Amino acid sequence: MPNVLLDAKKVTIRFGGLVAVSDFNLQLKSNEIVGLIGPNGAGKTTVFNLLTAVYQPSEGEIYFLGQPTVGLKPFELSMRGVSRTFQNIRLFKELTVLDNIRVASHQHTHYSIVDSFFLTKKMAEEEKEIKEKAFELLKIFKLENRAYELAGSLPYGQQRRLEILRALATCPKVVMLDEPAAGMNHSETHDLMETIHSIRDRFKVTVLLIEHDMKLVMGICERILVLDHGVTISEGEPDKVKNDKKVIEAYLGTSLTEDTAEGGV
Amino acid sequence: MNQNKASKLLPLVFVGLFFALDIGFDSAFNPYIQTLVIYSCVNIILSVSLNLVNGFTGQFSIGHAGFMAAGAYMSAFLTMQFPGWMGDGFQGFQLLLHTIAGGCAAALAGYAVGLPSLRLKGDYLAIVTLGFGEIIRVLLLNIDAVGGARGMYGITKQTTFFSAITWAYFTILLVSRLVKSTHGRAFLSVREDEIAAEAMGIDTTKYKVKAFVISSFLAGVAGSLFAHYLSYLNPSTFGFMKSIDVVVMVVLGGMGSISGSVVAAILLTLLPEFLRGLQQYTQIDFRMVIYSLVLIVLMLTRPQGIFGSKEFSDIYRELKKKYAKRTA
Repeated sequence: MPNVLLDAKKVTIRFGGLVAVSDFNLQLKSNEIVGLIGPNGAGKTTVFNLLTAVYQPSEGEIYFLGQPTVGLKPFELSMRGVSRTFQNIRLFKELTVLDNIRVASHQHTHYSIVDSFFLTKKMAEEEKEIKEKAFELLKIFKLENRAYELAGSLPYGQQRRLEILRALATCPKVVMLDEPAAGMNHSETHDLMETIHSIRDRFKVTVLLIEHDMKLVMGICERILVLDHGVTISEGEPDKVKNDKKVIEAYLGTSLTEDTAEGGV
Repeated sequence: MNQNKASKLLPLVFVGLFFALDIGFDSAFNPYIQTLVIYSCVNIILSVSLNLVNGFTGQFSIGHAGFMAAGAYMSAFLTMQFPGWMGDGFQGFQLLLHTIAGGCAAALAGYAVGLPSLRLKGDYLAIVTLGFGEIIRVLLLNIDAVGGARGMYGITKQTTFFSAITWAYFTILLVSRLVKSTHGRAFLSVREDEIAAEAMGIDTTKYKVKAFVISSFLAGVAGSLFAHYLSYLNPSTFGFMKSIDVVVMVVLGGMGSISGSVVAAILLTLLPEFLRGLQQYTQIDFRMVIYSLVLIVLMLTRPQGIFGSKEFSDIYRELKKKYAKRTA
């Protein structure tokens, strides 16, 4: 199988007696946009937490670039190239926008604490590099005039954008976005769609996203997985998934005509 | 480029200045004032170093006196065992080496305490650090080689104005440069949101332990300077109250503000001394009552601390901006 980045095989996780996700399979190839959808409580965020090593699976294997990731810590996965955003924005609120991004660049710095005390040349050069890179990213996301404001003081939409930006600053190979459009209005969502497209092309990353906004999911995802009660009930191209009976049932319940269901999904 | 060079050379200028001041210090000031200056320096080192853990890394530790004790006893023990091993002219250098040894002993204790306990958060961590601080104290109480409950007498008085103020300056410089670096941002990110920091590739456990070890080292240094000034050590000096004193300085100055810790350390060292004069008029010792009242009033009016999370430089910049606007 060529250029498979992330490969989850038969992943199951149980919390006590509850099977939150069972037999989950996913292969992410480079440069694709994949959507993960499902009704509330379907286990989408749990899948994210499994893939980013926040949770350890009860059964199954996860490989990233051919290496098993089970047993690693989240920061180790981040250093290998898996980055993410959170459903409830988790910015470093009391730090400036610029510092939020520079924290993400930390894993690429090499100077030591001793260097920071003596203000060595090595430190100055690396710091300069980090800052330039941060401003480059800020410009792409049109946040450069906010660089020195506290992240917590930004309006909601910009906080969401900053979180995506921060995830990209770790130079990931896979970016996982947990409901990036939550709480956004129509035009903001539209902008976000374009942004996600452009970051895929620009940064050559694979995007995996959870989203409830079906217009966004259907519009940009090349492949969609549908979860319900921890089980993958459908998988494939948007059009196929949209018309899948099981998906319609999961969202709207049974005994509905395809006509109304399509509008709902 | 020029500015960078200046900030590299400035510390040398400062240390030179301290040295020059040191020559006149003994003759110019009476012993009482000297004591106050040196205790202020010791408290500055303690509060700034604790701020690294409590303010910048967001881990609530209340066992700082334990690490101070470890450093104090280690360095004093060395001085007692090897008095003047470097010869008469090198007392200062000897103190430097013993202080570093004391700092290392404290750092080691910090590492041993930090590694298992920093998995805990908030109140739980506070209780564990409190417990460890007490363990160190009780251990010292039971080691006969360092005097046990009788304490340690006759430590050569070696701490001078120069050594105290240079170490205080070193502490401020180290912590302030550290928090502005990528390592400092890692500390701050742990404080802000551990889960997000971890997702951004920061080894949160490692950084918490790092902050703890650096902070303990500096507490040990403060302990050594204290021991070599007072020339007597007793485990009861390093009890729970001492830890709380340092926490009060950090909170009063502002969590995450180095300037605040410095100002609060000086304020809380001097305040009881100023109030000493009051006793002559009232005949009763109102000192601690007023001291406590000052704390209560300050916390009620400025719960974020005197400086909040700002530094002198931030305030200077803001004032400058304000002034520029007004004139324009």
